[in-house]
Amino acid sequence: MAQPLLEVKDLKVHFETEDGIVQAVDGISYSVGRGHALGIVGESGSGKSVSSMTVMGLTRSSNARISGSIMFDGKDLLAAGEDEMRAVRGGEIAMIFQDPLSSLHPFYKIGDQLVEAHRSHNDVSKARARDRAIEMLGLVGIPDPRKRIDGYPHEFSGGMRQRVMIAMALINDPKLLIADEPTTALDVTVQAQILELIQKLQHELDTAVVMITHDLGVVAEVAEEIAVMYAGRIVEYGSSDTIFSAPEHPYTWGLLKSIPRLDTPRDQELVPIFGRPPSLINKPSGCSFHPRCPYVREAHKKVDPVLEPSGSADTVHKVACLLPSETRRSLWAALRAGETPEAAIEEVPIPEKTLSPSAEGQTGGEVPGP
Amino acid sequence: MSATAGEPLVEVRDLEMHFPIRSGLLSRQVGAVRAVDGVTFDVLRGETLGIVGESGCGKSTTARLITRLLDPTGGSINWEGRDIAGLGRKELKPLRREMQMIFQDPYSSLNPRKTVGTIIGEPFVIHGVETDERKRKGLVQDLMEQVGLNPEHYNRLPHQFSGGQRQRIGVARAIALKPKLIVADEPVSALDVSIQAQILNLLKDLQRDLGLTVIFIAHDLSVVRHTCDRVAVMYLGKIVELASSEELYAHPRHPYTGALLSAVPVPDPRLARNKNRQVLGGDVPSPANPPSACRFHTRCPKFVAGTCDVDYPELSPKDGGNVAACHFPLTDEEIARRVPTAAA
Amino acid sequence: MASYIARRLLWTILLLLVITAVTFLIFYVLPTADPAAQRAGRDPSPDLINAIRHQLGLDKSLPAQYWDYTKQLFLHFDFGESFINNTSVKSLIFDRLPNTIFLVVGAAIIWFVSGVTIGIVSATRRGSFWDRMLMGGALIAISAPVYWMGLVALYLFSNDIGVWHIFPGAGAYQDAHSFPQKCWTMVMPWCVLAAAFAAIYARLLRSNLLETMSEDYIRTARAKGLPERRVILRHGVRSAITPVITVLGLDIGILMGGAILTETVFNIDGVGRLSYDAIQRGDLATIQGTTIVLAFFVAIMSLVVDILYAFLDPRVRY
Repeated sequence: MAQPLLEVKDLKVHFETEDGIVQAVDGISYSVGRGHALGIVGESGSGKSVSSMTVMGLTRSSNARISGSIMFDGKDLLAAGEDEMRAVRGGEIAMIFQDPLSSLHPFYKIGDQLVEAHRSHNDVSKARARDRAIEMLGLVGIPDPRKRIDGYPHEFSGGMRQRVMIAMALINDPKLLIADEPTTALDVTVQAQILELIQKLQHELDTAVVMITHDLGVVAEVAEEIAVMYAGRIVEYGSSDTIFSAPEHPYTWGLLKSIPRLDTPRDQELVPIFGRPPSLINKPSGCSFHPRCPYVREAHKKVDPVLEPSGSADTVHKVACLLPSETRRSLWAALRAGETPEAAIEEVPIPEKTLSPSAEGQTGGEVPGP
Repeated sequence: MSATAGEPLVEVRDLEMHFPIRSGLLSRQVGAVRAVDGVTFDVLRGETLGIVGESGCGKSTTARLITRLLDPTGGSINWEGRDIAGLGRKELKPLRREMQMIFQDPYSSLNPRKTVGTIIGEPFVIHGVETDERKRKGLVQDLMEQVGLNPEHYNRLPHQFSGGQRQRIGVARAIALKPKLIVADEPVSALDVSIQAQILNLLKDLQRDLGLTVIFIAHDLSVVRHTCDRVAVMYLGKIVELASSEELYAHPRHPYTGALLSAVPVPDPRLARNKNRQVLGGDVPSPANPPSACRFHTRCPKFVAGTCDVDYPELSPKDGGNVAACHFPLTDEEIARRVPTAAA
Repeated sequence: MASYIARRLLWTILLLLVITAVTFLIFYVLPTADPAAQRAGRDPSPDLINAIRHQLGLDKSLPAQYWDYTKQLFLHFDFGESFINNTSVKSLIFDRLPNTIFLVVGAAIIWFVSGVTIGIVSATRRGSFWDRMLMGGALIAISAPVYWMGLVALYLFSNDIGVWHIFPGAGAYQDAHSFPQKCWTMVMPWCVLAAAFAAIYARLLRSNLLETMSEDYIRTARAKGLPERRVILRHGVRSAITPVITVLGLDIGILMGGAILTETVFNIDGVGRLSYDAIQRGDLATIQGTTIVLAFFVAIMSLVVDILYAFLDPRVRY
C-alpha cells in the first residue's frame, strides 16, 4: 500500500490557561492517502478544528504544548521551522473555513487576495498570477471570471464566496485540502453545490481532502473514511459504510439515533444523548464519555479506553470502548431495530467485569470492582 | 387534509412586508425589498406548522409579522377572528400573553445582566400577573423544572449556562404565561447536534402538556419533517407549497421543494452514492427585484417560457393533497428519480 | 454619491446658520463688558458711549442685529469689524490662519505617525514590558495638560531660558523667515500639541488592531502562508486604521479653530490666540468670526472624512 500523504501519530495539543490546562487534542492518530477523503466528525469541544489547525502549524503559541508527530509527504511538520511551515501553508496544504464572508478581507478585491495567495508561493509576475486567478475562478464555477475578479467580497453571495475561498485554497495546487465546516453557514441548495464542487475537484486534481463537520449527512456524502472525535480523542474510526451501518461506539450510536433524518420513519423518536459535552480542563476520569453513556459500568469510570481494532470485517475499523465487541454488536443490532437505549439494555446483558481485550491488558486482568 | 383538524387560530391573508429602499437627494423611495409578498395560510389550533426556506425567503419576517414585532405593509392577520395587523402597541399588549417567540441564538437573546430568575419572571411582571415576589419565584422555579433546568440556579447569570441550557431558559420564558401560540424561529440551529434532540423533545413534550400551537421556522428539512404536522415552503417572499408533512416529504410537487429535498445530505453512504442528485444552479435572486410571474422560474428545471414567466401560478391543490404554486408540478416518476428519500 | 454630497452641503449651511444664531444669543445674554464702553477709552461720557453704540449698531434690536450680520456674512462674506480696533475681522482671521494651519498640520503628521507606530508595537507585543511601558507613557501624555507640557518644554529646552539650549523659545516663530527656520521654531510646539493626540491614537489603534487580529480573515491570511509582517500590516492594520483616519480628520478640523493653549504658551500668532483675546475683551464680531470659521472647518472635515471612509471601506455606499 502506498505511503499515506498525511500521517498523524499520537498528536497532543494542550493549552496552558489561567483556569488550567485545556487538553484540546489528547492523543489522536489518523492518516489520509493521496487523493482520498477523510471525514472528521465531532461537536464543539471535540478537538476536530484544533487538530487540523495544528497540522497547518496555526496553533503554535507560547502557551501551547504540542507533542506527537505529523508526517506530511515524508516531512515532519511539528519539527519544521516557521519558514518551512509557511511554505507548506497555502502551498502544499490549504484550508478553507466556515464563514466565507468573514474569512475574506472586506477591503481588498478578491482578485488581489487570490493573486497574493499565488505569489506568496510562486515567483511569478502579477499578470501571470492574475491569469491563474481567473483560471481558478472559472474552475470553481464563478460566471464571467474576467469581470468578477475585481469584485469585493460583499458583492458576492454566500455560495459564491465559498467558491472564491476554494479557488484561493487550490490556486497553488495543494496536495491536501482541509475543509473546516465549509458548508455550515450556507443554505442547503448551496451546500449541495459546494459539496459537489469539492468532490469534483478532489477527483480532477487528485487532491486529498479532510472534511471537518458536525453534520453526519455531509460526511456520508464526501468521506471514504471517518474519524469520530469526542473530548479531544478519536473514539471511533472506520470506513464510511462501517460507521453508518455497523458502528461500535456508544457516542456514534447516540449521534446516529439523535438526528432527524429523511430516510427513516417520521414518527421515530429522537433519542438525545444525555448530558453535555465535557470540560476539556477537568476531563472525566476513565472513559471521557462515561458520564453520558447509557451502558456505563463501574470499571468504565476508572479505565481509559484505547483506540484499537474492532475485529470486524473492515480492517481499518477501530473503536475506543471498554465494552466487549459481542456486547457492542448486540446493542447496535437492538438500537438499529428501533429500540431505545433503555430497551436495548434490558435485552442485551452488559457484563460488569469483562472488558475489551486491550483494556484487560491495561488492568492486568484485574478489573476494578464497583 | 391534515390529521389535526382544529379550527384556525391564526388566519393570514395576503400578508405583505415591503421594506422601502431610499435614494437620491430627498431620500425618496425608489423601490422596495419585498421580503414577504402576499402570503396566505392558516394556523390550526394544536398543530405544529413548519415554515421552511433558505435565506431571504421571508420566513423569519413572517414570524415577526405574526407576533407583531413588525408592522405589516399590507394584508391581514386574524387572531381568533380579529384582525391584529393594524393594531397599535397598547391594544397589542394583552395579546402578547397569548403568543410568544423563541429565538435562534441562545447567546444573544438573553440579557447578560439579568439573572435567570428575573428573565423568566419578567412576563409575570410585565403583565401584572403575579406581583408578589415570593410567589413569583415559586412559579419561576416550577417553570425551570418543567424545562429541565435546576431550580436552584435561580440566581445565576446567562453566561454560566451552556447553549442548550440557555435555550431552555428562552423556552421557559416563552411558556411562562401559558400562551396559546409559540413561534419558534430556528430554535435549534445554533446548538450542537447532541443537544438539538434534547430541545426538540422538550418542545414536543411541552406542546402536548400545554396544548400549544406551534409555528416552527427552520431551514433544516429533516428537523421540520420530524417536528411538524404541516409544512409551508417559502421562496422569495411567497409560499410555493403547503402540505402535510407526510405528503410533502413523500411526494413534493413544487420543483423547488424537490430541489431542497434532493439537496439535503442524508447520513447513509449508500444512498449518497446512488443519488442522482438535483443540484440547483445559480443564486437566489434579490428580493428587491424578483423575477416576473413565478419567482422560481429563473432556476427551475421545468421552466417553460411563455407560461412560467408570464402567468403567476396561484397555490392550487395537486396530486396527493399538496397545495403548490406551479404550472408544471413534479410527477411521481420525476420524484422517484431525483428525490432519493421520498417514500417509494 | 453626488446627491449625498449635495445633501451634506445643504446641511452644513443650515448648521452654520444655527451656530451663528446661538453664538449671537449667548453673547447677548452673557454679562460681558459692554464693547461700546470698552471702545470709548478712558472716562467716556455717556453720549460718547451711545454714539459708539449706535455706530456699532448695538442699539438695534437683537433680531435686527442678527439679520444685519447674517446678510453681511452670507452675501458678502464679510465678518464685520472688530469691536476693539475696527479692523476687518476677516483680515484678522485670515492673517493668522496660515500660522494655525502650519502648527496643526505639522503636529498632525507627527502624532499620526508616532501614534500608529506605537499602537502597532503595543498590539503585537501585547502584555509585554514594552506594551505596558508604552501604554503607561500614553496615559501620562494624555493626562498632562498641554500648557504644562509647553511650559516644561520651554523650561528645559528653549535656547533663551531653558536648561539645555536646543530649540528656539517662545515667540521665535514670528521672527523666522525661511521655511526650514520656521520648522525649527515649531519643533517644540508640534511635539507638545502632538503628545496627547499621539497617545490617544496609540491606544485607539492598539485596541482596534487587537480586535482586528482576531478576525477570521487574519486566520485566512496566515493559512495562505503569508509572512507575519504582511499579515499584520496589510491585513490587520489596513482594517484597524480606518476609524483612526476618520478621527484624524475631525481632530484637524477642530484644531483649525485654533490650538489656544499651545499658541498662547509658545506665543504663536494664530486663530486660537485671536479668539482667546476676543473673548476676554467681549469683541463679539471677532468671536463670531472665529466661531464660524471653526464650525466651518469641522463641518467640512466631517464631510471629507465620511467621503474618505467610502474609499477606505468598499462596503460603505452612499
